[in-house]
Amino acid sequence: MDAAHKDLELVAVTKRYGATTAVDAISHKFRPGGYACLLGPSGCGKSSTLRMIAGHESVTEGAVLLGGSDISRLPPAKRGTAMMFQNYALFPHLSVADNVAFSLKMRGVDKAARLKSAGEMLELVDLSALSDRLPDQLSGGQQQRVALARALITRPEVLLLDEPLSALDPFLRIRMRGELRNLQQELGISFIHVTHGQDEALALADEIVVMNNAVIEQAGAARDVFNAPRTAFVAQFIGGHNVVALPEGHFAIRTDAVGIAQAGTGTLQGNILGVEYQGAHVSVSARIAGDQEISAMIPEGAFFANPFNPGDQVGLIWDKNNLHKLTA
Amino acid sequence: MAGPIMAVLLFFLVLPIVMIIVVSFWRATEFSIIPAFVWENYEFLFGSNVTYRVFFNTFKYAAITWVFTLTIGFTVAYFLAFHVRSLTWQIVLFLLCTIPFWTSNIIRMISWIPFLGRNGIANSTLLSWGVIDEPLEWLLFSDFAVILAFVHLYTLFMVVPIFNTMMRIDKSLIEAARDAGASGAQILWNVIIPLTKPGIMIGTIFVVTLVMGDFITVRFMSGSQSANVGRLISNDIALLAYPSASATAVVLLLTVLIVIGILLRFVDIRKEL
Repeated sequence: MDAAHKDLELVAVTKRYGATTAVDAISHKFRPGGYACLLGPSGCGKSSTLRMIAGHESVTEGAVLLGGSDISRLPPAKRGTAMMFQNYALFPHLSVADNVAFSLKMRGVDKAARLKSAGEMLELVDLSALSDRLPDQLSGGQQQRVALARALITRPEVLLLDEPLSALDPFLRIRMRGELRNLQQELGISFIHVTHGQDEALALADEIVVMNNAVIEQAGAARDVFNAPRTAFVAQFIGGHNVVALPEGHFAIRTDAVGIAQAGTGTLQGNILGVEYQGAHVSVSARIAGDQEISAMIPEGAFFANPFNPGDQVGLIWDKNNLHKLTA
Repeated sequence: MAGPIMAVLLFFLVLPIVMIIVVSFWRATEFSIIPAFVWENYEFLFGSNVTYRVFFNTFKYAAITWVFTLTIGFTVAYFLAFHVRSLTWQIVLFLLCTIPFWTSNIIRMISWIPFLGRNGIANSTLLSWGVIDEPLEWLLFSDFAVILAFVHLYTLFMVVPIFNTMMRIDKSLIEAARDAGASGAQILWNVIIPLTKPGIMIGTIFVVTLVMGDFITVRFMSGSQSANVGRLISNDIALLAYPSASATAVVLLLTVLIVIGILLRFVDIRKEL
């Protein structure tokens, strides 16, 4: 599609509802043409941020820039963004083709032309065969594709997705996220995807923006965020990390970088709380001094070569280089 | 489960209707009613010019009342469902709409009389403002008064089902429409009205059946100068001409059923029930 990408940038964007601040002066420049995930727990302001970009929520203060111009006062359809809603928000009284063609109808495109464009979009999402169905007659995955086609027919610069996978069952969720990723690469436009699932964010995103308490905790490439969480919150939320308070400060260490050995050896002494078999790995949780809990992901073979049981005293070992210092 | 309900329906709905149908074939003289099976009541009914005029009048009242109750009812429901943001206020305003129903139909109807009369509040106010030079005669005891009373009495029957359907419209559909560039009017026409159709249809059935079956409003508000089918029946009953009244009632019932049948052709209301 469009080769020249326009940058999307948030400049001190703030949203207040009365006395509560949902989004507190966040600034971020999204990578053009990338797949970005806004990640955070519910109530962290990620959805409000997305809705402000989309224009379904007014910006209290600050600006949303797309290609250098402020779009924060424009109506949603004039922004160059399109939104895919959490429950897809398909019009139940319209056929799949009419749903997809809706925005063209609103612009006064004649029927033949808009159904032709809708047909092309449906081909893109592989739903041509179902164009006469009503949304009720589709599965969740099919409904999602209709919603995608409807959002994309306006040729947006940025596609905004509000928890698009949360309504699907786990199996379908994994398949659809692959499709989303492929579609984004095929179209080459920016996708901004709101999710509270760290696995989803890691699987999809070129760029992860972790939000908490109305601010951005950390933003960066998925690997950078995962391997170098800046704060304890990020380390915990992104998963796969232990946060330990050592005399030198707070550190994050990946659970797969922690090993267990006989009591008396290793860096720290601990007491095993639980052992959970997870297939490829065994998750072992242990309590160490200071009532802290550490979990270790031990490869299945290594664990059963030398198994431990809850209640056992063990030594925890890790390479000092794998300790990652946290700033907060 | 179905047994007791069937028994109640049989006793209170089916049996009376069957009796009306049976009596409609009886013969009547000025002083007696004779069980029989004759078509003379129907023959008289369909042979009389009055019948057609009165049926036409009934349809006219129903149609005009429908237009006004729909317009007002839709607007009120739209305001409640889409403009009033908080649920508390929605409930408060909705209950406010129902307050007139705490008094009886007839009292609400009669209360128009001192307002609309020749020396009533409306005329004296207009006179004192200098809008008119002499009292308006058509305010009371006219078709205007009849329809005004119908609209007043039955608009809520439009508001309730339409409001109910509107409340079930997912608000994200409105956002999706706006995201697709729809203006307020386009959202109303392309999203809200199509999705509100079942509610409109239920309200329409309420209003049409109520207006077509009414006799007291027409009598009071027209000052006995206009007639509808209900008045035809009530006059027959007053004269103890039960067979004739029954025949008229049967024809009215069939007419209303046909009207509802046609309405249901247009909209599927099953999802609402």
